[in-house]
Amino acid sequence: MSNEAPQNLVNVQIDGVWHQFPKGTRVIEACSQAGKYVPRYCYHPRLSAPGNCRMCMVQLGMPKMGPDRKPELGPDGKPVHNWIPRTNISCAQDVSEGLAVRTDSDIVKETREGILEFLLINHPLDCPICDQAGECRLQEFSFDYGQAKSRFIEQKVKKPKRVEIGPRVTLDAERCILCTRCIRFMREVAKDDVIGIVNRGSYNEIAVYPDRKLDSNYSLNTVDLCPVGALTSSDFRFKMRTWFLKETKSICTSCATGCNTIIGARENVVYRQTPRENNDVNQSWMCDHGRLDFHYLQSADRLLEPVVKGAPEADWKAALASAARALKALKPEEIALIASGRLTNEELFLAARLLKKLGNPIHDIISHTGKADDLLVAADRNPNTAGAKLLGLSATEPGSALPVIASGIRGGRIKALIVLGEDATDAGLIEADLNKLQTLIVTSLLPNRTTGFASHILPAAGFTEKRGSMINKTGRLQRLNRAVAAPGIARDDWEILVGLIEALTESVSGFTTIEEVFKAMSAEVPALAGLSLSKIGDLGVQLSL
Amino acid sequence: MAYKVSRPNLTFAEKIYLPSVLAGLRITLGHLWRMLRGKTHVVMQYPEEKWDSHLPEYYRGAPTLVRDEHGRTRCVSCQLCEFICPPRAIRIKPGEIPAGDKFGKVEKYPAEFDIDMLRCIYCGLCQEVCPEQAIFLQKQYALTGTARTQLMHNKEKLLEMGGIKTGLVNKWNEKK
Repeated sequence: MSNEAPQNLVNVQIDGVWHQFPKGTRVIEACSQAGKYVPRYCYHPRLSAPGNCRMCMVQLGMPKMGPDRKPELGPDGKPVHNWIPRTNISCAQDVSEGLAVRTDSDIVKETREGILEFLLINHPLDCPICDQAGECRLQEFSFDYGQAKSRFIEQKVKKPKRVEIGPRVTLDAERCILCTRCIRFMREVAKDDVIGIVNRGSYNEIAVYPDRKLDSNYSLNTVDLCPVGALTSSDFRFKMRTWFLKETKSICTSCATGCNTIIGARENVVYRQTPRENNDVNQSWMCDHGRLDFHYLQSADRLLEPVVKGAPEADWKAALASAARALKALKPEEIALIASGRLTNEELFLAARLLKKLGNPIHDIISHTGKADDLLVAADRNPNTAGAKLLGLSATEPGSALPVIASGIRGGRIKALIVLGEDATDAGLIEADLNKLQTLIVTSLLPNRTTGFASHILPAAGFTEKRGSMINKTGRLQRLNRAVAAPGIARDDWEILVGLIEALTESVSGFTTIEEVFKAMSAEVPALAGLSLSKIGDLGVQLSL
Repeated sequence: MAYKVSRPNLTFAEKIYLPSVLAGLRITLGHLWRMLRGKTHVVMQYPEEKWDSHLPEYYRGAPTLVRDEHGRTRCVSCQLCEFICPPRAIRIKPGEIPAGDKFGKVEKYPAEFDIDMLRCIYCGLCQEVCPEQAIFLQKQYALTGTARTQLMHNKEKLLEMGGIKTGLVNKWNEKK
């Protein structure tokens, strides 16, 4: 067997086993890939590696060189090593040809034990009140390398606790181990160099610059990065312990970027959203606005059951039948439909079916825009504009048909309006226009200016409460997953639309699960051909639109 | 497949039962004799008489919350007991102690703490898991109520039952 590695690959021995890695791989990453996780605090693959926590110590061995300056080979034909008699950090070291690494030798274990003991000398006994508990690297590595008793008898250093260093972040300097991940994130990724280390020696602490706040729209990523409980989210503070949270992989629906997320929920209450790594979308980050944009789903005002104007009580069947009756009495040119770029592909597909059954009345989506930034936030605040375009719910330019709809209603030509998950007053309609309508069918989560005039209110499900798929601004098809149940008897939007279609046609549509809807959609839409909800996977699929 | 069970080989004395019956009778008569001489109490006149003074130190009665000598509710609502509780009898809603408060250093306290005593199985895991020495199974064992809601112990009830416990570790004191 030849010892020559293919080009750009080098041979590295990790705990006695030879592996091949591309040149430039860091030793810590090589160890992880070989299944030997090296504990670390300061190292993060997306940030620079200052090597200051010293936790990732390993023992390195260099190939022993013979007198001919060629590696001496052992009986197995592999190089023999000269082991360095001390440990080195693995996060700032690249692999090299013939390198050998020991990740669990006695000297490595002793080093890590010593380092952990130093990291913990001033650490407070805050675990019972610390929000990081349960996902804290100090707790985890203490379990592996810690000691049951403290040998520290001196006075512990006092540092500020419960400091609001930003509108959304709380700092506890005593818990900080000075890994500087937050500093590097703000400097290197968020480009808002606002945090630093002040004071000297054991009085070192994290602080923001005078008269500044950690108020970047990406500040909560420092909370995710913090390996200990020094930086915690003020929003999540003391709300729920992390081990209770059931984690659901989903995506953020606050803009067209579609950051991958994990929704943490317990017993039908969502407590937090955190970013999930996806190299093609959001790396490991997400913006604060998107992250906190779920509280409205837990509002006490949520619509819980269908309402039909004039009817004392309405169940779903009656409400849908009444809506269908009202629509059937009208000609296609007397109806308009305003869909939403916040609906999933499945819902948009069914909305397109509904349009077909109604004889193709005028329709459009409402465009929501804002200011884009250089990192993640997109100008298009609709998460699924691409899907609405693909499925024909949007005019060629989203929102361009809205003035036509508005003038139609104003002129009395359009008598019925269907609004799916939007507030029609955002579409240039005023309340007097809505009042003119004979029939106004609205699916909505919360009461808004439109529901006040609605003849039929159909309560729908929020993004944490439903499954489905969306297409982001780059044409990536991604999946939403249900973390909690919708309140009351509110239904998934796709079920409402199926119900409405069935009531209109007085036949069975054949859609009983969302998988079937997706299947029908992939059969009709060439861009989605061959896909299914499960094939999208957790990281999504790039479409060629 | 059938199992072959080996039957014990009984002796003749065992087969006729009588020796065993007589041995049992001897114990019974012994008890009767001691009782007639007033040497044993077989019946305790509950509830006029109670076990309370005889309960061992380790007796596990109803779980209670305790205060320390400074009057602080020791619980910081870490929710470990809620997590460990096998019948899920415990419900905690955490709250934040304002920074200016006397106990502001502790930061966290239970805004609500409910134990459903209809669910509690008196296993004591909550006491064992508590890192703050805040919950103790004390000696109250006679819990009755005329409605289910009376056995839903809220924070006030639990603190009233728990009282003040001294001699515990005071890790939140300023000196440490």
